[in-house]
Amino acid sequence: MTKRLEVRNVSVTVDGARVLDDVTFDLGAGERLVIIGPNGAGKTVLLKSLLDLMPHSGQIVWAPDARLGYVPQKIDADRHLPITYKDLFVSKCRVAGEPIARIGDVIRDVGISKKILDTPVGHLSGGQFQLGLMAFALIGRPNVLILDEPTASVDEPGEEHIYSLIERLQHEYDLSIIAVTHDMSFVYREATRVLCLNRRSICVGTPEAITPDVLAELYGESQSFYRHHHHA
Amino acid sequence: MTTAETFSLILAMLTALAAGLIGAFALMKRMSLAGDVISHIALPGLGVALIFNINPIIGAAVALFFGTFLIWQLEKGGRITTDVAVGVMFTAALAVGTLVTPSEDLIEALFGGFQELTTLWFVTGIVCVAAIVGFIWYFRYQLIIGLFSPELAATSGINVSRINLIYLMMFSLTVLLGLRFLGALLVGALIIIPAAIGRQLTHTLTAFLAVSSAASVLSVLIGFTINRLYPSITVGSIKLNLALGPAIISAAACIFLLSLLKKKI
Repeated sequence: MTKRLEVRNVSVTVDGARVLDDVTFDLGAGERLVIIGPNGAGKTVLLKSLLDLMPHSGQIVWAPDARLGYVPQKIDADRHLPITYKDLFVSKCRVAGEPIARIGDVIRDVGISKKILDTPVGHLSGGQFQLGLMAFALIGRPNVLILDEPTASVDEPGEEHIYSLIERLQHEYDLSIIAVTHDMSFVYREATRVLCLNRRSICVGTPEAITPDVLAELYGESQSFYRHHHHA
Repeated sequence: MTTAETFSLILAMLTALAAGLIGAFALMKRMSLAGDVISHIALPGLGVALIFNINPIIGAAVALFFGTFLIWQLEKGGRITTDVAVGVMFTAALAVGTLVTPSEDLIEALFGGFQELTTLWFVTGIVCVAAIVGFIWYFRYQLIIGLFSPELAATSGINVSRINLIYLMMFSLTVLLGLRFLGALLVGALIIIPAAIGRQLTHTLTAFLAVSSAASVLSVLIGFTINRLYPSITVGSIKLNLALGPAIISAAACIFLLSLLKKKI
C-alpha cells in the first residue's frame, strides 16, 4: 500500500508542558485512521501538527501528491458575520484555482441545499454548518480528509448521515481519512486502523486491537462507558 | 472653491471610501479597538515632527509604522492579552502625544481641520487610496476565508500572517490619510462608525461593503457642507464651533443612530 503520511517521534510542548509525546504512525492510501483518547489527550494538537498549524518536533512527511482537506470541530465564527457559504466556496475556488462550477459539484456531493448556501454562516444549525465545512474541504479536491470530531455537533440521525457521507466521499474522491472522535460506534463502523492516544500513543492497530485492557489504560475509570457504547 | 480646496475635498471623499472598506473588515475581524490604538499612536509622531519642524505627516507615518508592527505582534499572540495592551497603549499614546505636541498645534493634531493640498500631496494621496482599494480587491478571497477561520485559511494555502500584516499596513495608511482632516482622536471613528452603519443595514457581504463606504463618503460630504455653510452657530448665549472633523464624525454618528431606528421598524 502506498503511504500518504509518515509520522515519526512527533512531540509538542505548550508553555513548558508536554502535550504530545513521541507519537509515531503511518497512513496508507485508502485507509481510515481513527484517533481516540480522553479529553486533553492531545488529539486536536496532533491534527494541528499534521496540518502544520502548530510547532512540533519530530518528522511529519506527507506524500508529494497529498492534498489535504481539513474539517475542524467547530469554528468560533461571529454570529453576525455577513458571510455565507457561497462567499466562502467562491473564495476557496479562487484561492485553490478551481472553476466556480466546482461549487455545484461539492454541494451535490455533500447534499446541501441552495438555501443553506445563501444563509449567513452564523444562522445555520450545527449539522448544516458541519456539512458546509465538509464541502469547503472538498473544493481543493483533497485525497486526504482530516476530520476533528465530525459527529460532535449533530444529532443521531445527523450522525448516520455523516457516516454514510464519509463512506461515499471516500470512494468518490479516493480518500485517506484521519478522524478524531469520542464516538466509539464511529470507530467500530468506520476505522480500518485506530490510534489510541493519551499524550503518547497507547496502541496503533486494527479496531479489533481495542481490547478492554487497552481502553482501561486509555480512559482509566471511564472505560465502562465506552465499552458499553461499543456493545450497544 | 479654489483648486487646492477642491483637491482637498476630493481626497477626503476618496479617503472616506477607503475607510469604509477597511472599516468593514476591521469590524468583521473584531479589531475596532486596535484601530483606535493605531490612530492614537500617530499623535506622538505628529508632535515630535512639529517640534523638529518636519512635515507632521512624516512623523505620524513613522509612529504608525511602529504601531502597526506592535498590533501585528499582538495579533500573533504575545504574553499580554490584546485588550490589556490596547487599553494601555491607547491612553499612553494620547498622554505622551499631548505632552510633546506644541500647544498651538494640539487642537488640530487631535481634531483635524481643513487644509489646502498641493498637487504633489494630492497625487500621493490618490496613489495611497488606490493601493488600499486595490489591496482589498486583490486579496478579498483570502481576507474572507481568514475572517471565517484563520486555520482554514492556513490549510487552504493562504499566508495568514502576511495578509494580516498587509491589511494592518493598509489600515495605517487609511489612518494617515484621514489624520489630515480628522486628527488623531477622530480618524478612528471614520473607520468604525460607517462600518457599524453598514452592519446594521445589510445582510450580505457585498451590500455591507457598499453601504459602509457610502455612509463614510456621505458623512464627509455632510460634515464638509455643514462646516462650509455654518462654521459656527450661536444658540442663545452659547456659541458652537462646527469644525470640520467633529462635524464629519457627528454626521456619521447621526446616520448610525438613524440606522438603529430602521432595524427596529
